[in-house]
Amino acid sequence: MSRKVPLFRLSVLVFGFAFLYIPILSLIVYSFNKSRLVTVWAGFSTEWYGRLFENEQILGAAWLSLKIAAINASGAVILGTLAGLALARFGQFRGRTILSSMTTAPLVMPEVITGLSLLLLFVAMEQLFGWPAGRGVTTITIAHMTFTMAYVTVIVQSRLATMDDSLEEAAMDLGARPAKVFFLITLPIIAPALLSGWLLAFTISLDDLVIASFVAGPGSSTLPMVIFSKVRLGVSPDINALASIMVLLVTIGVVVAGFLMSRQEKARQRDMQMAIAANQ
Amino acid sequence: MTTHAEGPTSQRLSAGVQLILRVLNHFPPYRWTHARLLKWGVTGRTLVIAVPYLWLMLFFLVPFIIVLKIAFSETQIAMPPYQPLIQWLGEKTVSLTINFGNFLFLLEDNLYWKAFLNSLKVAGISTFFCLLIGYPMAYAIARADSTKRNILLMMVILPFWTSFLLRVYAWIGILKNNGLINNFLLWTGVIDQPIVMLQTDFAIYIGIVYSYLPFMILPLYSNLEKMDLTLLEAAQDLGCGPFKAFMKITLPLSMSGILAGSMLVFIPAVGEFVIPTLLGGPEALMIGKVLWTEFFNNRDWPVASAVAIALLIFLVVPIVYFQRLQARETGVGVHR
Repeated sequence: MSRKVPLFRLSVLVFGFAFLYIPILSLIVYSFNKSRLVTVWAGFSTEWYGRLFENEQILGAAWLSLKIAAINASGAVILGTLAGLALARFGQFRGRTILSSMTTAPLVMPEVITGLSLLLLFVAMEQLFGWPAGRGVTTITIAHMTFTMAYVTVIVQSRLATMDDSLEEAAMDLGARPAKVFFLITLPIIAPALLSGWLLAFTISLDDLVIASFVAGPGSSTLPMVIFSKVRLGVSPDINALASIMVLLVTIGVVVAGFLMSRQEKARQRDMQMAIAANQ
Repeated sequence: MTTHAEGPTSQRLSAGVQLILRVLNHFPPYRWTHARLLKWGVTGRTLVIAVPYLWLMLFFLVPFIIVLKIAFSETQIAMPPYQPLIQWLGEKTVSLTINFGNFLFLLEDNLYWKAFLNSLKVAGISTFFCLLIGYPMAYAIARADSTKRNILLMMVILPFWTSFLLRVYAWIGILKNNGLINNFLLWTGVIDQPIVMLQTDFAIYIGIVYSYLPFMILPLYSNLEKMDLTLLEAAQDLGCGPFKAFMKITLPLSMSGILAGSMLVFIPAVGEFVIPTLLGGPEALMIGKVLWTEFFNNRDWPVASAVAIALLIFLVVPIVYFQRLQARETGVGVHR
């Protein structure tokens, strides 16, 4: 392969990334616009950031969304790890096909269907058992856990499938019980996959409008619901400011996580090489 | 940091976990539960399977049965706004009312048919354009230097981590009559009247292609990256041109990636609600929007349920197909 990047590939990448990033950059640029008309430039100003931090409704909704996202991500990681472990390590068991279908279907299921069906479930449950009483944070969290655990399952399952299981086998041969093997060997190795699963579940929950709208009750408006009701009426500069802050936080998060993971991966490979060298 | 920093850290972590396990083993409630469960024949293995299994049964499978039930019930003005299928009519009499009216209503009213067909059309065309843009990008990334590959991949994923709603919102500012594109074209003098782009089908296509592009690129990339490049070299040595080699080797080998990416775009796009609502016109008929309107504006739960069931029937074939693909992809490592 030649070292020079062919013109075709280069232009594809430039065009593709321009398409992906120009909208985001335009959001950020116009968040510093003085004018209320978002796309007419009238000079630099940070006024809209100030307005954003005075907006109680947005701040309250953001806090609520963050809380739901954190609880959801933790629950989804536990459920998804269990499902991924069962699917990748337990071979054939009764109900394997159903479990595997139930964990992949939510990945592509249109959100309107998931939202409607969960709401109808919650209403029926309330009629039958009186729980959950009304709809709100609990119902949103349960709904989010159900469809974000599918993503975690896929991540954990594919991580376990590519993982060398000779370490686990060695520990078993040495008499460690399965639970101990899992906590002492499997868990530390798949920890980065669990972290990315947690982050993914967190962002998906933070981002979800449709499912939350179905299962939310009065007084539990999440951030996307507040943004949507504002955006429906047209563009507004404080939403641009909010978007810029979110892009900044996400970029920092992804870059730091990527850096940490690549460092850990390098260290792991070095450890393995050293172990091999020591054995020779 | 020394080069050995990582080793002791993971050892310390393991020591911590070991300590927790040891404490847990001597914790009376834990021991009691453990012994009880073992006596009932419940092992750790069963629990690992049972917890996610029961969760998904309750919150994923049972809801569909309820949707099906409500799709066959009659609307009434109450809370919840539907009549039960099974009613006790005094002693020894149970009445079962199955109402096909909601489905007949869907068949009779042209609006629903048009919305279904239009959604399939919009999703299909958007998937095609996603593939048209996504395939060359995935290809270029997979063939880039290994040092640049991770950065390029991260750049594809990064927009996906930022809010979907806000990325769709960004297009309003770009496409509207006094938006970025029109201002630019007016300024350069190419046009003297703004082109109406927002609230058209064009805007919906842009929105879907833009939002779902990473879903197309990622499976394609992981497929193209795994490809054995010696095959291409062999073809080249045997006198095959690059274009022919691509058509005969790369494209057929990447078919499973193409299919997985297309399913990941097509299926959710059919039921898309946010993009047609924000970017499309008020007359833009998409089935996700129709379902939303029936539910929230008309408060007709039975008709909304019937729409959901009909949509599911349309999508059941692609969904099952996607699951097969997914099982084949992740099932490689299944052993024991």
